Amino acid sequence: MVHGRGGVVPIAGQKKEKEAVLVLGCPQVPVQSAIALYLMHGLRRLGVTPVVAGNPAARMLIDVSDPLHHYAGEMVDLDTCIADMAAGRRVFDYCIVFAHNDAGVSYAATVQSISGKKVILVIYGENFKEIADSVDFPCEKIAAKAVHNPAPLKKKIDEVLPWLVSNL
Amino acid sequence: MACIESLKYEILIKNASFSECRDYIRKNCREYVTVDPGFPLFEKPVIGVPPVLIGLDGDTVTFPYTKPCYGTFLLRTENPDEASRLRSLRKK
Repeated sequence: MVHGRGGVVPIAGQKKEKEAVLVLGCPQVPVQSAIALYLMHGLRRLGVTPVVAGNPAARMLIDVSDPLHHYAGEMVDLDTCIADMAAGRRVFDYCIVFAHNDAGVSYAATVQSISGKKVILVIYGENFKEIADSVDFPCEKIAAKAVHNPAPLKKKIDEVLPWLVSNL
Repeated sequence: MACIESLKYEILIKNASFSECRDYIRKNCREYVTVDPGFPLFEKPVIGVPPVLIGLDGDTVTFPYTKPCYGTFLLRTENPDEASRLRSLRKK
């Protein structure tokens, strides 16, 4: 198999580089930053450029963990990103929202509504089942009980990410 | 956040669900408007599960406000300009 630049495995028929926004939640659950970086690695391997939207603390965790931005792409303020998407100034090919509480689900519903796209909702934390059950809008859920150990969520991402990138 | 923090607001419900916010507004506000998530309110896009209701009582605006780390609050603030702007949406 011929790989593209930097080990990228391009998706058949893909012409221009696509962008995914990762909408981070409150960083109080330890796995969020690790899973976000792992997801960004996976997206880059599939030829998708990740853009990180989050509050200052969530962005700082990514910035410190990936200082040369091997994985993370552009970093944007959460409110600014939502406002730009709502006004049509910013359009993403994929929208990935992290949720471990009700607020995360509210952000996902907002992103789904303003983008008109089916969002990928990454659900984790102690209450992941209740959070997943509370979602009543169209989305693709990747859910696992992951608080300190990212392995269950990583396994789910490995199973579905190539399909999601090819089909959404 | 600066815009909301600069308002003089009252917290009506903490850790509210969107259905609680809708129920409160329907029961307690004289009028309300329904907006889509992302609608600009006090210069910030509204975050929420649709339909998002915003209540009006004279110059008072009742609205849900979500912060990533703290969940959703139902807030009430007096703001004649925003109340009038919201009321004008109903006339269109």
